[in-house]
Amino acid sequence: MSDTKNNWPLWEVFIRSKQGLGHKHVGSLHASDAEMAIGNARDVYTRRQEGVSIWVVPSESISASSPKDSEALFDPANDKVYRHPTFFVLPDEVNHM
Amino acid sequence: MIQTVEQFDAYVAAEKKIEPKDWMPDGYRKTLIRQISQHAHSEVVGMLPEGNWITRAPSLQRKAILLAKVQDEAGHGLYLYSAAETLGVERSDLVDDLLSGKAKYSSIFNYPVLTWADIGAIGWLVDGAAILNQVPLCRCSYGPYSRSMIRVCKEESFHQRQGYSIMVELMKGNEAQREMAQDALNRWWWPSLMMFGPSDKDSEHSSQNMKWKIKRFTNDELRQRMVDMTVPQAECIGLKMPDKELKWNDETGHHDFGEIDWDEFYNVLAGNGPCNEERLAVRNKAHDDGAWVREAAVAYADKKKKTKG
Amino acid sequence: MNKSQHKQALLRLGDDALILGQRLGEWCGHAPALEEDIALTNIALDLIGQTQSYLSLAGSLHEDDTQTDDQLAFHRIERDFQNLLLVEQPNGDFGDTIVRQFLFDYYALFRAEHIASQVFDIDAAAIAAKAIKEIRYHADHSSKWVIRLGDGTDESHSRVQKSLNKLWKFTGEMFTVDEIDIVGAASGLLPDLDSIKTKWDSAINAVLKDATLKRPEDGWMQKGGRSGIHTESFGFLLAEMQSLPRAYPDATW
Repeated sequence: MSDTKNNWPLWEVFIRSKQGLGHKHVGSLHASDAEMAIGNARDVYTRRQEGVSIWVVPSESISASSPKDSEALFDPANDKVYRHPTFFVLPDEVNHM
Repeated sequence: MIQTVEQFDAYVAAEKKIEPKDWMPDGYRKTLIRQISQHAHSEVVGMLPEGNWITRAPSLQRKAILLAKVQDEAGHGLYLYSAAETLGVERSDLVDDLLSGKAKYSSIFNYPVLTWADIGAIGWLVDGAAILNQVPLCRCSYGPYSRSMIRVCKEESFHQRQGYSIMVELMKGNEAQREMAQDALNRWWWPSLMMFGPSDKDSEHSSQNMKWKIKRFTNDELRQRMVDMTVPQAECIGLKMPDKELKWNDETGHHDFGEIDWDEFYNVLAGNGPCNEERLAVRNKAHDDGAWVREAAVAYADKKKKTKG
Repeated sequence: MNKSQHKQALLRLGDDALILGQRLGEWCGHAPALEEDIALTNIALDLIGQTQSYLSLAGSLHEDDTQTDDQLAFHRIERDFQNLLLVEQPNGDFGDTIVRQFLFDYYALFRAEHIASQVFDIDAAAIAAKAIKEIRYHADHSSKWVIRLGDGTDESHSRVQKSLNKLWKFTGEMFTVDEIDIVGAASGLLPDLDSIKTKWDSAINAVLKDATLKRPEDGWMQKGGRSGIHTESFGFLLAEMQSLPRAYPDATW
């Protein structure tokens, strides 16, 4: 991962802000190894108690979908309205379901 | 999906956000890289003048606050480099441009920080001006930049207040302290007005950047806001603005103010400020002195990977 | 332990934290990487926080009227400071700073663990309990760097070994027992330094082994900080730190 300039690799940082919530991407940083990345993430991204748990992932390990595939990936879900509960009309007598 | 300049312009005009993998015009990418990295460099160089006062802060509480503030600046530099890197550049290349003097950073940090009151004036005026510049950038069209600016602005609101609180405390103090505060305002007022950049009639990037929504207000609009915001804050604690032409204008509903010394502005920009050389020398020294450390960390990580693999 | 001895014991805790925090503050903007700038200032911030707590508590034990933490930090002379010589050593290169931190962190950690568990001074116990969490992180940070530098490149190995050799002579003072330590331990407030030394040895040895560094022989040890006899660089540190409050003795900030 290191190149000739001895750059520390880039890591993406994900923070769980409190128990019960998922980890959310907050940004990136450089570190030579995973331990350092976690330490740096703690110092950089949780200075104001923003987190209870940290994930760090080498940026180069992330595979991302491409915007050019976004129509194929996401548009087909657009007409499946029956996946949303509001599609179904309930009899007036039934208040909650 | 965006594939052409027309689509891009329409998309941005509709206040939608551009994300790293979206197609974007080269000029947009280049401008963003320049703007974001300059901003990041400013945060990093900005640590130096204030950092010089951490060891001399006059109380433990002030020392802790200043440490936290300067640390935030390192953090902000980091968020911004991180945003710039989503545009396909490496932080190390951006830093090289700073160290070689090729890249610019905010000229304000080329002024010397001479007294403790300067720390107050910097927080109050320099961070105040920075916030005025930055708040509109929270709505910038480029997603990663806008997200880092939101984070920066959230954290920076305490910076301005801590600066003002230093001034308040000095103005409540003895004669020498009040003089120290007034002297700091006298020296920092004009440079902080210069932070908004050249006058609109001389600003080269403005209109395209407004269209791309990486700039929301013109330099002069923001400068006017700075004046209107600061005058009552100064009056309220008994400080006098160092501008004889400054007066309220009933017609415009704004303050009229004197002309900036543009000669000084362009000279400091060109590297002739009191501290240009010194700031860059310090950054270069830190970078060079740290080389063996960065190298060692890479070598260690490589060894560990080999023993694991 | 009488009131004055009690105060001195607390001053030592505060002074160690203050002087090391002051030294780390000098790093701000000069670290090998931006991330490390943030890490070092975080540690400095923790230490200044500990200083405020311990010095305020020490000031409350002053014979007549209460002294504030700031009075103690900014208006005492060299001979009245009781910090270890180790923590006042100049920053040197990053390796020197990390080794200084590493040698101190484990001592501070085991000392804080004791203070947090005693009941002679429950205010000090509360401060130590909070500090333990911070110091654990400091020790983790410094240990990992000692290992990276020790087991990194040939250059980093030889540099950090030199730092270790150079600073080793200041480690003896941490475990040298004087009157305050004796009465402090008898009251329960301060730890038995022999037991701290045993824990410290094993923590330090484990890290040095991972770092492929050689533990220096215990030769002649420098001491004096605990009785107010400091190294020459200390006067400069104080002159810088105290300049403003001394120029304007009646001012508030």
